[in-house]
Parts: sequence; structure tokens; C-alpha cells
Amino acid sequence: MKGNETVISVRHLTCGYDDTVIVDDASFDISKGEVFIILGGSGCGKSTLLKNMIGLIPPISGEVWFGDQELTSATGKRRDAIIRKFGVMYQMGALFGSMSLLQNVMLPLEEFTDLPGEAREIVAKSKLAMVDLENAVYKMPAALSGGMKKRAAIARAMALDPGILFLDEPGAGLDPISSAALDELILDLSRNLGITFVIVTHELESIYAIADRVIMLDKDVKSIVAEGDPKKLRDTSDNQFVKRFFHRRPGLTPDGQTP
Amino acid sequence: MTTSIHDTATISVTADKNALRVALGGRLDAAGTASIWRSAVDSVRSAAFSSLEADCGDVTYMDGAGVALLVRLRDLAAEKSGSITLARLRPEDEKLVSLTWDIELPKWDRADKERRGLAVAVGEATGELWKASRQMIAFVGESFALLCQAMLRPGQVRWKDVLLSCLNVGVESLFIIVLIGFLMGLIMSFQSAVSLQRFGGEIFVPNMLGLVMFREMGPLVTSILLAARSGSAFAAEIGTMKINEELDALTTMGLSPMKFLVVPKLLATMMMVLMMTMFFNLASLVGGAVVMLSMGYPLVTFTSRVFSYLDYGDFWGGMSKALVFSFLVAGVGCLRGIQTRTGASAVGLSTTSAVVSGIILIAFADGIFAMAFYYLGI
Repeated sequence: MKGNETVISVRHLTCGYDDTVIVDDASFDISKGEVFIILGGSGCGKSTLLKNMIGLIPPISGEVWFGDQELTSATGKRRDAIIRKFGVMYQMGALFGSMSLLQNVMLPLEEFTDLPGEAREIVAKSKLAMVDLENAVYKMPAALSGGMKKRAAIARAMALDPGILFLDEPGAGLDPISSAALDELILDLSRNLGITFVIVTHELESIYAIADRVIMLDKDVKSIVAEGDPKKLRDTSDNQFVKRFFHRRPGLTPDGQTP
Repeated sequence: MTTSIHDTATISVTADKNALRVALGGRLDAAGTASIWRSAVDSVRSAAFSSLEADCGDVTYMDGAGVALLVRLRDLAAEKSGSITLARLRPEDEKLVSLTWDIELPKWDRADKERRGLAVAVGEATGELWKASRQMIAFVGESFALLCQAMLRPGQVRWKDVLLSCLNVGVESLFIIVLIGFLMGLIMSFQSAVSLQRFGGEIFVPNMLGLVMFREMGPLVTSILLAARSGSAFAAEIGTMKINEELDALTTMGLSPMKFLVVPKLLATMMMVLMMTMFFNLASLVGGAVVMLSMGYPLVTFTSRVFSYLDYGDFWGGMSKALVFSFLVAGVGCLRGIQTRTGASAVGLSTTSAVVSGIILIAFADGIFAMAFYYLGI
């Protein structure tokens, strides 16, 4: 279901905290239905970039366009309308601990739609069924495993049927089976529903399995050092950092050689 | 029957003998579906049929809300033992529907939540109370033993942490202690002076104030302030550490959380509470002096009356009370922190419980002190 329609366009985005620039002048486009992955080593600003893209942190400069609307300068109702276009899954799931899974997923439906109670319940249950949690809808988040929490968080992010899902490290802390199941779910949702995924991760296996396109950030360059198909980058890139990343090699030795 | 309630979603229901045809059209998103939900459900529920056809030929857009409507119609058909067919679904909608159509969504089973009988509830509550009391007694015992150990081997105590806690508990609370002490002294003197003035007895205000403050109010109010300010902070700090598994980390490193976290806090609180009580007493005397000065008595009358009536027994009695209260308040704060369960609301519950239990313990201990002092003649 991949089209040429650009759904997110990041223009000259510079982000960081206070005066510290972490990612400098990043520009890229994401098309509808694409599984787009932001890659990089620890501390290179992947999560910071993501938080800037979803408007949690104002960027130092630059723009983030969702369709024909710009997020960073938008305020009030206009901003709310843009934010409703996407759902976000946070690294630890961020489910509300005092609510059952069903209530967690129903919360955005209660707040933003006029659907009657029984309708909200069916919608929330079907979202949870989509992530294979139909037998856990009445459970509290504390009673779930890490993988289940992440899947439930995806269900909550999908509650309002957004066209775009942002996932922050979906595979982190999961066993290989759960991680593979999550990859399958992402592919499934992307193919069947045409959802655009923007994923921050550094799990190589997942990257090869699901990515249509990746960008790679480097801590030293503070910007995007590579962009494209992950397998092609692995096999053909000349960039030392990209090579080391895909071939899992530690840092350069003092004389500038890879060990 | 044809109804078009919303300009973005439409529904028309036609009955043909035993077959009911529900034609849906337009945008079946959350807003559209919400507008036709009631009429769709009502008309299907009130109709008699053996087969239901949901015709989605005119649907231009469908998302989770639209699917929910189809699922609801299916359930309604099942209630009437009728069959349902989905007609003219667009291919993309078919994919969406197929993701959840075959999964049976769970129903809330009320029988799951069985009602407990009174006897069971009382039994459980008693068990809880018994458990809580045991934990409290064990905790008091353990911290008392550890405190004795700290006295015998002062080298083992983490004095840096003690100093930090002293700053937090004592120095930073100086302002509120002095303020409340001054105000209480002022208010009590003023109120009692007004009443005693009628009998020409306002000269006895300093006697009363000194006695009440040094023996009773000083330790009591200081400890309540301590419970509100520091007991809650201990519970929140240790509770957050527990949630972050820092307590487990300490334990697996071979460090006892009691020794590492609780003892420094207890020591600091018990050292600082003596000074805090003294500051409180002093400030309350200043408050009383202000009242007496404003009534035209010289300062020397006030001070001589206060100190001729108070003896060291009153002073040390108050101090020993403050020491015990502070042990209870700091201890219960730490205990509630250690007992914190998981979840975001757990720390809040712990801090609340730390303050409430702290104040209850103070009240109990004060009662015991009052009786003991009475029989000992102090």
C-alpha cells in the first residue's frame, strides 16, 4: 500500500536541549505506508529527533510538516488536529497503571469521539484483538509482561485510527520471539491498513525484517550520515560508522583503524 | 424506512419478509458512526428477521468505528439467532474487517467478581491488620537494634548521608518551625490573656505558656510538622527507589536497605528534632512576650515568671517525648516507603499513609507519656 504521497516532511530540523545541538539540520520525507526507521548508536539523538517530530520538544530550528500542516509553529486547535493524525508508543509502554487495558484504549475514544459506550468498548476490544490481547482486556498493566505492555501501547496508539504510528524502541527488552511477533504485527498493520510507521530502534534483526527505508544518525557528525535500504547500506556504504553499525564492530582504534 | 441523519454517514433499513437489509453509506469514521449508531442498533433490535444483510456498497471510508458497528450488528443478529452477511465491502475495508471479524471479543463476566460475605471480609481485614502490626513491630525492633549498633560502632554509620538528612530535615525546616512556634505562642497567650484579664489573672499567662509549650505543645507540634514535612519525604524517596528496583539492587550488593537508608534518616531526625523543639519553644516564648509587652508588662516580668515556674524536669520530659515521637515519625515514613507496591499511585498512597500513621502514632505515644509522667510524678 505504499504510495508516493508524502505524509511527513522534516525540513532542516535542528534539535537538542538548551544550547547543546544533538541533531543538526536533518531533512527527510516519509511516504504513506512506509516503514521508516531512525537508526543510530546510543546517545546519538534518535529519541530526541522523534520527540521533536511529535512536538513534545520544540526544535531549535526547522519544520515538521504533516501533509500540508506544519506542527512546530501550530498552536491550539490546529495543533490538536495535527496531533490526532498520529499515535505514539513510548519505550516503556506508558500505559496508565490505574486503568485496565480496555480503559487505557478507551480513554482517547472517550475524550475525542461521540461514540456511545458500547461502540467505544467494541472499538477498543478490536484494537486489542489486533495485537493479540483479546484475552487480557480486563487485566491491569502491572499484570502484563514487557511484550504485552508494548502491544497494548500500540493498541492504544491506534485507538483513533491514526494514519501514522511512532514507535520508540519497540523491540528493546523483549525476547526474540516477542520481538519477532511485534515485527510481524508492524508489517501486518502496514500492509493491511496502510499505516505509516516511524520507528526508532537499533535491533538489527528487526531492521532487516521490516524497514523500507532507514536514516542513520551519528553522534560525532550530529546529523544524518546515511539514508536508504538497510541491506544496501550494509553491503555498499563507504561510511565507517555505517559499516561498523551493520557489522557490529566496536569503535575505531587510536590509529584510526577498525579493529 | 430511510434515515439520513448525518451528511457524512447514512443508513437505510429495509425489511423483506424474514430478511433485513441494512444499507450503510458515506464516511464510517468515529463521527459518522456515532451519528448513525443509535438508529442502526435500535432498528435492528426492534425488527424480526432470520437473516441480516449489511450492505456497505455506498461506504466511502471505514475505520475501527465502522468495523465496531458491523460487529455490533453481528452480535444483535446472533442474539436473534439470525445470520449476517456483509455485502459489497470494498477490498480495503474487507482487509480491515477481517483483522478482527473472526476473533471472539471477550464479555465482562460478572460471575468472575464474586461477592464476598461479611465473615470473609472481616476475616481478611483482621488478617491485614495483624500483618501490618507484625510488620510495624518487626520494623521498630529492627531499627532499634540497628540504632543501638550504630551507637556502639559509630564508624559503620554513613555520616555523610546523616549530615545530608540533617540539612533536609532540620536546617531547611527552621523557617516553618520558628514561624509556627511564634504564631502559636502569640495566639495562645493572646486568647488566654483575654479570658484571664476578666479575673485580673493575665499575669499567669507566662507560667501557663512556658509549661504548655515545653511539656506538651513543643514536642507535639514539632513532630507533626516533622511527619508532614519529612516523614512523607522519606516515604516518597524510599518508595520511588523501591519502584526503580534500587532497594533490590542494594540487597543484592549485600547492603541492607535498613542500614543504608533507614538508619541515617532515623539518626538525623532524632538529632535534629531536639534542636527543632528548642527553636519552637523559644519562638513561642517570643510570641508570648510580644503579647505581654503589648499589654504593658515589662519583659523581665515575663521571663522571670516563665523560668521560675519551669524546671529541668519539664524541659527534659518534653525533649524525651520529642525524641520518641521523631523516632516513630521517621520510622513509619521509612517503613511505608519500603512497603510501597508497584504503580504510579503507589508512592502517593505511601506518603499519605506515612503522614496519617505518623500522626496517629504521635497521639498514641503522647497518651502513654501523659500517663507515665503522671504516675512518675514528673
